[in-house]
Amino acid sequence: MSFLAATGMTGGYGGADIITDCELRVERGEIAVVVGPNGAGKSTAMKAVFGMLNLREGSVVFDGTDITGLAPQERVRVGMGFVPQNRNVFVSLSVEENLEMGAFIRDDDISQSKEQVFELFPILAEKRNQPAGELSGGQRQQVAVGRALMTQPRLLMLDEPTAGVSPIVMDELFDRIVEIAKTGIAILMVEQNARQALEIADHGFVLVQGTNRFTDTGEALLANEEVRRSFLGG
Amino acid sequence: MEIANAFALLANFVIVPATAYGAQLALGALGVTIIFGILRFANFSHGELMSFGAMVTILVTWLLQMNGIGLGPLPTALLALPVGILATVAMAVLTDRFVFRFYRKKRANPIVFAIVSVGVMFMMAGIIRIVIGPDDHSFADGERFLISYGDFKKLTGWDQGIAIKQTQVVTVVVTLIVVAFLFWFLQKTRSGKAMRAYSDDEDLALLSGINPERVVLIAWIIAGSLACIAGTLYGLDKTYKPFIFLQILLPIFAATILGGIGQPVGAVLGGFIVAFSEVTVTYAFKRFLAYLGPDGWAPDGLVQLLSTDYKFAVSFVILVVVLLVRPTGIIRGKVI
Repeated sequence: MSFLAATGMTGGYGGADIITDCELRVERGEIAVVVGPNGAGKSTAMKAVFGMLNLREGSVVFDGTDITGLAPQERVRVGMGFVPQNRNVFVSLSVEENLEMGAFIRDDDISQSKEQVFELFPILAEKRNQPAGELSGGQRQQVAVGRALMTQPRLLMLDEPTAGVSPIVMDELFDRIVEIAKTGIAILMVEQNARQALEIADHGFVLVQGTNRFTDTGEALLANEEVRRSFLGG
Repeated sequence: MEIANAFALLANFVIVPATAYGAQLALGALGVTIIFGILRFANFSHGELMSFGAMVTILVTWLLQMNGIGLGPLPTALLALPVGILATVAMAVLTDRFVFRFYRKKRANPIVFAIVSVGVMFMMAGIIRIVIGPDDHSFADGERFLISYGDFKKLTGWDQGIAIKQTQVVTVVVTLIVVAFLFWFLQKTRSGKAMRAYSDDEDLALLSGINPERVVLIAWIIAGSLACIAGTLYGLDKTYKPFIFLQILLPIFAATILGGIGQPVGAVLGGFIVAFSEVTVTYAFKRFLAYLGPDGWAPDGLVQLLSTDYKFAVSFVILVVVLLVRPTGIIRGKVI
């Protein structure tokens, strides 16, 4: 059984199903990437894994426990961290306060986690007293990832962490994500920049119209002629 | 000498009263802005909540006075204030439990909330009329002045004096303490930061494990306390008139919007700007200018921009201008 196994997920926002029989899996210390065309239901699948969408069918099993019925806040408590695509930082709070709010559910000393985040993203240490809303797009994403790391999650979910950042910043963010995975955290992320994302991925899921089209290792997907032609632009 | 007299005149009739009034408005606007920041609706019942708090404080003050308990030179109402605050907080939390929570569960539109708050306002006004009646009550006691008009003149030898009433000093000192405490709470404590985070982004706060019901509860506790203090101070300074608390909503909302909705610093700023505008625009500058002009000269008219009867028009003009020119307010707040 995988560390996270979301299987047979079917559901939508009330009306028609957006995802049908969708499956996502990820292991400890591995990076799983969800790619696919616009409107394929990538973000919806992520929300389903995090409990922000009512599933009609299917289940989410995390570290051996079925968490299908848990609310998002409760999933944070069992060790899942989620970085939404938009509005993922508290803009009027300082960088440091953002991190403190990320650790809101913890009652123990958080200074060590804070230092770890600052080590991972040195620029944030420099700007710790600045409101997050005044930072650049890439720095904001770092705050968002840092905020999610403050709960010491065992699974980190990222919804398009590189949306709207420059290619250089994107490379750097990917490097950091690999570093995070090396500490043993499982990473599940949705990416628009499919080629670069698959390069760092252990596993890739290609979603089309809300269902799995291809599932393989990142390397194999990159080598797959059909995937390349249809989804990676040749 | 003439300049000193002109200053004394201005201080006595504009600066001192406007500062006290501004402090009262600032406290009221802080309550409105905090409820808006957390619950995202314009709470029209805030004026009556202030009235309710002042009423309870008055009743307790009477009880204390009957038993001969007082604070010497300070108003007895300060001793009664904690009881008033508790009662007002209870009132605010109960209305939330029985009225606002129902609509929150239904995720009602902010405009629905605003209209519901108008209903709550009428209900509270009714309760107040039943308990204390529609009459005015003066409940200030203790020393009348920190320094009286006559004493000031004797002390300085000027033609004009500056009178500083005890209630004005109490108002400003209490406001300073309350505002300092509130800002410390919002900036430094975990609960305060959680409130700002929740005000910033509800969904992300939820993802961080912040309990919304707790944040809402704290917001009502703060709003209730602020309302009671503001209402009591206003009543102390100008006698308690149950009907005034409907009118005072206008300057309070003007201050809230002018400062930036949901911005506590803005609310304080807005309160003072509205108060000073109101008092300045309705003050007759004739004697002030006479002191500054050549000897024996005085302006023909009163040099008063608006009659005091129209003082609420000032808030209205500020409100309209702000909404037209800078709807976010001075400190970038939310736009309704």
